[in-house]
Amino acid sequence: MSVSAQPARAEATQEGEALAVTLAGDWIITAPRPGWNSLLAGRAPKRVVLRDAGLGQWDSSVLLFLFEVQQWARLTGAHADTKALPAKIHALLNQMSASHETTVPFDRSQNFIEGVGEATLDLARKGRKFASFLGECVLGAVRLVKRPQKFRWADCLDEMQQCGAMALPIVSLISFLVGVTLAYTGAIVLRQYGGDIYVADLIGLSMVREMGALMTGVVLAGRTGAAFAATLGNMKANEEIDALETLGLSAVDFLVLPRLFALFVMMPLLAMYANALGIVGGMAVSMSVLKIPPTAYWVEMLTIVDLSDLLVGTIKAATFGLIIGLSGCLRGIEAERSAAGVGRAATSAVVTAILLIIVADAIFAVLFDILKL
Amino acid sequence: MAAPATGTSTAAIEVAHLTCGYDGNVVLQDVTFSVPKGEIFFVIGGSGCGKSTLLRNLIGLHHPMAGRVSFMGHSFSDADLTARREVLKTFGVLYQGGALWSSLTLRQNVALPLEEHTNLSPREIAELSCLKLAQVGLTGFEDYYPAEISGGMKKRAGFARALALDPAIVFLDEPSAGLDPVTSRKLDELIVQVRDTFGTTLVIVSHELASIFGIADRVIMLDRGEKGIIAEGSPRTLATQSRDSRVIEFLHRGDKLVP
Repeated sequence: MSVSAQPARAEATQEGEALAVTLAGDWIITAPRPGWNSLLAGRAPKRVVLRDAGLGQWDSSVLLFLFEVQQWARLTGAHADTKALPAKIHALLNQMSASHETTVPFDRSQNFIEGVGEATLDLARKGRKFASFLGECVLGAVRLVKRPQKFRWADCLDEMQQCGAMALPIVSLISFLVGVTLAYTGAIVLRQYGGDIYVADLIGLSMVREMGALMTGVVLAGRTGAAFAATLGNMKANEEIDALETLGLSAVDFLVLPRLFALFVMMPLLAMYANALGIVGGMAVSMSVLKIPPTAYWVEMLTIVDLSDLLVGTIKAATFGLIIGLSGCLRGIEAERSAAGVGRAATSAVVTAILLIIVADAIFAVLFDILKL
Repeated sequence: MAAPATGTSTAAIEVAHLTCGYDGNVVLQDVTFSVPKGEIFFVIGGSGCGKSTLLRNLIGLHHPMAGRVSFMGHSFSDADLTARREVLKTFGVLYQGGALWSSLTLRQNVALPLEEHTNLSPREIAELSCLKLAQVGLTGFEDYYPAEISGGMKKRAGFARALALDPAIVFLDEPSAGLDPVTSRKLDELIVQVRDTFGTTLVIVSHELASIFGIADRVIMLDRGEKGIIAEGSPRTLATQSRDSRVIEFLHRGDKLVP
């Protein structure tokens, strides 16, 4: 440990017109050292002579002191004589002055016009990339239909387990609680008109048409979409994706399609499961708070929820699954080759997926209204 | 930078009866060695022999299963938190890939240890960061981010960061890995220059024969089967005088010992 046995010392004595400064003790960067201005004490010598008077251990601390003296000498026009100091210190001091003088700040500034231009070009690049990625996925899907034996079923099943079965606990909890919340919220209005029983209709319709798919989508965007982006981003940083390309294997076929297919299949199943749990959550509140028997709740719900509603929810869920998979995989493949890049890809995948899910949901609302579904 | 070393005559590093491994599996058993101040000391051995495990235990990233590690006469492995923090200031580490913080520029990477462990003014820290980067030949790249420079430059910047607090000891993990011969040679020259100028003790984990024969004062060779040191000495002496086939095979790139 470079613990200083002797504190760093500097003493100044007047020798005619010159100021003689002697350095002694251990000069360690992590320990305090004398300051040049306090040593000067208001004097204005024309010449400063620096001498070694028993320097012990020394490091950059002594260099910083000497550099301060040099800077002062340069400003005041005085002469700082360091020749009497050890040659190693002298050489380092010269190196420090050189590095100080040659350092030119790297200008990263950009004017407004340039910034707008760059951002526009970047947007166009991203758009092209997305279109190209989507095209590759479609072509990959065509190849999959033509040659299903080439598809990586093992990976796909593994992903199905990861994004489907492993997501059951969190989907259960969230959808049950959504059912509970809807029941309480619905009851506030419906009770005023004596229509407590219609809570069953509200929950059934909301869960099956909307909330089941939407909440599952949001959960999976955070859980699976981020995981896809992080995994693929990490693979890119490790050059695993490059290795696939150089072997003539398509990263889309190998990595993206199994994940997309897994989500496409598992999302509707999870959404249906979420519907059931949401309905049960609503039933629990209806039973305990609104005193509606479960049979009445069920029968009332079936008067309004039919297979077309289930179809709407399923179509939405499958679409959301594709959106989550595409966002996660695209962000992962586009990730920068660094730890920070992987983190950004995961965040971006979640944000993109949730944004697109909401946009798609709005489009579906309009579309199904036109189709009278 | 331990300065043209004066002070006590204790060894820079003392390792006594060190046993280390992972999850109960012993990788190295009862390893003892010491490194004098100002020595360029190599830890060599084949893949999987425990070089990196030893390094991680020396620098405190893993706690040894048994034994003691001391730096400059101060115990590290069994020190309390405050003492450990003090000892940490005495050594720097160059990781295999440089391990530069990607969100910081090279200047900021070098400045961070100075900001954390010294009371220097921002201007002084900036001056010192520039000096350290100049010492490793990276003048003009102070404001570049790690992603914008080559692998060799990352290593040199990592070395500058390791030297930021002028440590008495610097650990280098595979400094030549992934570098071209010229860059590797330059890094070796830099290592020697740091030792000659500041009297720094350098502990280098490597299996790069050119570096080992070029700059090592002394080496220890680890072996997976023995779970410990099988040879110790200057590389040239070991290469010519050792009768251990494993040592000869390693130092002669696979050529077997002729009986």
